[in-house]
Amino acid sequence: MTNGWQPLCSLEHLRHRAQMLAAIRQFFAQRQVLEVETPLLCHATGTDPQLDFFVSQYHAVPHSQTLYLQTSPEFAMKRLLAAGSGSIYQICKAFRNGESGRQHNPEFTILEWYRLGFDLQQLMDEVADLLQTLLADRHWRVSKISYRQIFADCTGLDALVFDRQQYAACAVSRGLAEADNLCGDDHALWLDFLFSHCVQPAQDAQTIWLIYHYPAIQSSLARLNSQDQRLAERFEVLIDGIELGNGFFELANAAEQEARFDAEIRYRRQHGLPAVSKDQHLLDALQAGLPDCSGIAIGVDRLLMIASRAAAISEVLAFPLGNA
Amino acid sequence: MAIYSTNEFKGGLKIMLDNDPCSIIENEFVKPGKGQAFNRVRIRNLKTGRVIERTFKSGDTVEGADVVDREMQYLYSDGEFWHFMVPDTFEQYQADKNAVAEAIKWLKEQDVCTMTLWNDSPLSVTPPNFVELVITETDPGLKGDTSGGGGKPATLETGAVVRVPLFVQIGELIKVDTRTGEYVSRVKE
Repeated sequence: MTNGWQPLCSLEHLRHRAQMLAAIRQFFAQRQVLEVETPLLCHATGTDPQLDFFVSQYHAVPHSQTLYLQTSPEFAMKRLLAAGSGSIYQICKAFRNGESGRQHNPEFTILEWYRLGFDLQQLMDEVADLLQTLLADRHWRVSKISYRQIFADCTGLDALVFDRQQYAACAVSRGLAEADNLCGDDHALWLDFLFSHCVQPAQDAQTIWLIYHYPAIQSSLARLNSQDQRLAERFEVLIDGIELGNGFFELANAAEQEARFDAEIRYRRQHGLPAVSKDQHLLDALQAGLPDCSGIAIGVDRLLMIASRAAAISEVLAFPLGNA
Repeated sequence: MAIYSTNEFKGGLKIMLDNDPCSIIENEFVKPGKGQAFNRVRIRNLKTGRVIERTFKSGDTVEGADVVDREMQYLYSDGEFWHFMVPDTFEQYQADKNAVAEAIKWLKEQDVCTMTLWNDSPLSVTPPNFVELVITETDPGLKGDTSGGGGKPATLETGAVVRVPLFVQIGELIKVDTRTGEYVSRVKE
């Protein structure tokens, strides 16, 4: 018998997780947000080319059907919102294929919630409240800053105006000469590269960073800003350079959602990525009417990493992938 | 030669980078929730010994480097090259100054060391972590001083110079840590 059967994280971490889950539920109970459950196995899944999913086969002899493990519970939760659920939250597992590292485990715990009538600012305030509640053993500064501003502060570049020469010169000056070859003329890729290499590591400690108004090319499932179409109503929350979650003023326009699905499906086909069909149920729900709302998903395991000052996600999981 | 994807990167993997053989030290997966995944990799250039950081797009591939470590015996130097032999097979290799570098100052003839070969050519030589060598030259010590405080330089039979305690004398055999170049102890013969 080997020791491989034993959990990798300490009992203390297990207790910490249980306490955190209880505190999250209390937080939302006080605010009258309804806890819900939605399926992890669905007929469709997200089309985002940057997310790889797990595919499974459901056997109902003599038929077989493809079911996808969800990369987040977003689509099903939006169907509940369209059906009149009111504000809701969920704590569940999410699955992302190929993601394994110091901050990634392919199966992880998500806290996802949607607030009816909230705009981006209100949701950012609530995220800061929640994090300060869950990480109450330390004092946190809350810093709200626009993507364009923090990007300029850290790189001297304008995130909204792509100038390959300037971007490349910045990368070279940081000892990242490979960036030009890697990112080429892809503005969104340059932003991902420079943000993860120059912005994230430069963040002050003991601060909850709320970075809002992402460039429109990184809008994901957010609406565009009604005043400035170059900006998306999206924010990211980070602590110690660790990305905790993405929040959106949710896109409710069925036609635009379908156009974004189609563009991503096209991209997948062109780049030889696994094919996926768009979620017709979600499109129908948007057609029926999604109330104005903002929503966010937060990685609970990473929150536990911060709470317990763990260096790797594997330290807060009983059985990370290699041991599952 | 094999092709490796970033997913296969791990400490010790030998790859080609900028036409030089390199060894991966550490591989960090960096992925924004909404965006491109990268691998930020710390790499040692096996020719120069320099450590650099390099980012790859996750899923990109690189060519493997044909780099192997072999135990060899140091035979002799002809002034231009240093000659080594694989004890089991008697295969001989000649290494140049760049390959033997600092390592040679810890080796005397017949000593066994690790030779790193790239495409079957000597790339670098690593001496054992600890070697035992005779002192050929050092100032006379102070009688009765066994504290070792301060110390003095001593030249060893291979030409290497290390700091030794004051009580250590010419002709004595000492043990040295080649990774730090520091004296460890006297050796009783």
